[in-house]
Amino acid sequence: MSRSLESLVPKLVVAPAFVLGFAFIYGLMVWNGVLSVTASRMLPNYEEFVGLEQYQKLFGMDRWWVALKNLGIFSALYVGGALVLGLILAIFLDQKVRAEGVLRTIYLYPMALSFIVTGTAWKWILNPSMGIEKLMHDLGWTGFQFDWLVQSDTAIYCVVIAGIWQSAGFAMALFLAGLRGIDDSIIKAAQMDGASLPRIYWRIILPILRPVMFSTILVLSHLSIKSFDLVMALTAGGPGYATDVPATFMFVMSFTRGQIGLGAASATMMLATVAAIVVPYLYSELRAKPHDR
Amino acid sequence: MLKISKLTAVLACVLAGTAAVAGQVEVLHYWTSGGEAKSVAELKKMMEAKGHVWKDFAVAGGGGDNAATVLKSRVVSGNPPAAAQIKGPAIQEWASEGVLANLDSVGKAEKWDSLLPKVVADVLKYKGSYVAVPVNVHRVNWLWGSAAALKKAGVASMPKTWDEFFVAADKIKKAGLIAVAHSGQNIWDFTTFESVVLGVGGARFYDDALVKLDQKALTSETMKKSLETFRRIKAYVDPAAPGRDWNLSTALVIQDKAAFQFMGDWAKGEFVAAGKVPGKDFLCAAAPGSANAYTFNVDSFAMFKLKDAGAQKAQGDLAATIMGTEFQQVFNLNKGSIPVRLNMSMDKFDDCAKLSSKDFVETAKVGGLVPSVAHGMAIKPAAEGAIKDAVSQFWSDDKISVADGMKNIAKAAATK
Repeated sequence: MSRSLESLVPKLVVAPAFVLGFAFIYGLMVWNGVLSVTASRMLPNYEEFVGLEQYQKLFGMDRWWVALKNLGIFSALYVGGALVLGLILAIFLDQKVRAEGVLRTIYLYPMALSFIVTGTAWKWILNPSMGIEKLMHDLGWTGFQFDWLVQSDTAIYCVVIAGIWQSAGFAMALFLAGLRGIDDSIIKAAQMDGASLPRIYWRIILPILRPVMFSTILVLSHLSIKSFDLVMALTAGGPGYATDVPATFMFVMSFTRGQIGLGAASATMMLATVAAIVVPYLYSELRAKPHDR
Repeated sequence: MLKISKLTAVLACVLAGTAAVAGQVEVLHYWTSGGEAKSVAELKKMMEAKGHVWKDFAVAGGGGDNAATVLKSRVVSGNPPAAAQIKGPAIQEWASEGVLANLDSVGKAEKWDSLLPKVVADVLKYKGSYVAVPVNVHRVNWLWGSAAALKKAGVASMPKTWDEFFVAADKIKKAGLIAVAHSGQNIWDFTTFESVVLGVGGARFYDDALVKLDQKALTSETMKKSLETFRRIKAYVDPAAPGRDWNLSTALVIQDKAAFQFMGDWAKGEFVAAGKVPGKDFLCAAAPGSANAYTFNVDSFAMFKLKDAGAQKAQGDLAATIMGTEFQQVFNLNKGSIPVRLNMSMDKFDDCAKLSSKDFVETAKVGGLVPSVAHGMAIKPAAEGAIKDAVSQFWSDDKISVADGMKNIAKAAATK
């Protein structure tokens, strides 16, 4: 009796979380999928089935393609930039510098801010008539021009800059932890063999950091795919819709334009994108691990 | 994430809604800023004087988008408020869902048909019956000017034609001031665009192209000329415009740093709040070439079907009060707009409002009264959003040629 109870208790304790998780994650995914094949406009409408028409409409829209292109640019540069910058910062901080604690805190601080704050602050910094450009003009360098934020073909790079500023410190912290975990004797052995410092980093330390790199990429790439608040605060998708990303597209279509069906279709495409990137990566990394050891 | 918050909103509303009292009128609105909140308080006072209980349901932000989202969840859960601030074709969409109440009995008793211009009444009717009641009229095709900035640049008066406008703008630019205080968000891009179309093509053309979305008009020579004029304006806009809020652009005119702004008459509220006097410190005129036309933006309350008899009675009284002369006057004095009711005394209003009222009555007679597309008065949200995108894209990207811009707009207009 007590044995069966003992084995039952953990299941009972986990059950509510499981049910909630199932209903609110997978249940809503299915609901969204259902909405995307209906003609829902202002309110959900389950009577009128339209098949893949919403998807057809979606891929016929110029704005959706702009959003996809922006997502590509943003993800690649944001993840890559934060990774490289974070790694460089971590390696430099790992050289036993003075006041490391203070420096580490300074670099990590942006992570404590929400994307809304980052977006608003950078909106002011990058605004040509009150930010960097004005500062340079006031200092006497009147030929200085930095108006990326207000040009439709460069505005997306401003989102990248703000994103990297926010997340590089986070990547740095992860890499630093990884670096600290490396056994000193390996490096000493390599030095004894006469390997140069860059070579040690490239051939020994970076490969050891691979699992850290994996988790960093995973965290950053899902942040980039669901980036919504940063874009909303920094550019609100503008100028025009030049910095629209799938998440802002979905929001505008579902909630302000009364096209819930179309919004649901775009949300499904976002889910598919995440799955297409993350699932194979997870699979290969998690499977490869035992062989490495 | 969004879905979860929406669901919790539904739950919260279901719980809150169980405590309904007879004679109670619950009003969903997004008038939360200074002058607007004061106006709502007046309405509350009038309803309480009639013995009803006012339940305020204010949802701030997003130009009504947030309110609309909350409203959807309330209606889906079968617990709508008595009245909600809804305007334009959105009224028709709600009515076609079968959730709006028929107001014909109040409308007949109060003779609304004789008090409202037909174009305005049509917006408020679904299949010939009133389902919403109008509060005010905003004119959108205004050009605001700073008297000091114009004087400094040597511009004698507000421009009446586009040629005059560009001559004046050149002078202002030369004087080192911002000629046009623009706000680069798609609603304001379109506000300027529709004033240009109205000024270049006239009310008939505006109606064909932007309201009826006639493909022939959208690809005509007049449209081409409108887009060219629209793009010419951009040279007179300062580089900080993209993303700027409309009231910050108005502030530039108030501070005499900028000379002109294309904006609806809610801008007047900002001028007056800053202690400026119409006609002396700031000037109002119809946008160039559009003196005999009027783009209207009418705020209104749609009334929802209710089960409770006491609440229905309160709802009817609310509709009658909103259209009554007393409320129309008090509310619009606070808000900067004009009464939607024809033949009202305008003695207490300022010169800009008097001009607006005079033009409202006159253009209604000759067919120059047209709904504003930028402010959701004319076409369905899907097509409206798509054309706004196309126009904003044309405005912000100089590499798009006029011909391509015109093609994009025509394509967007076909969105269903």
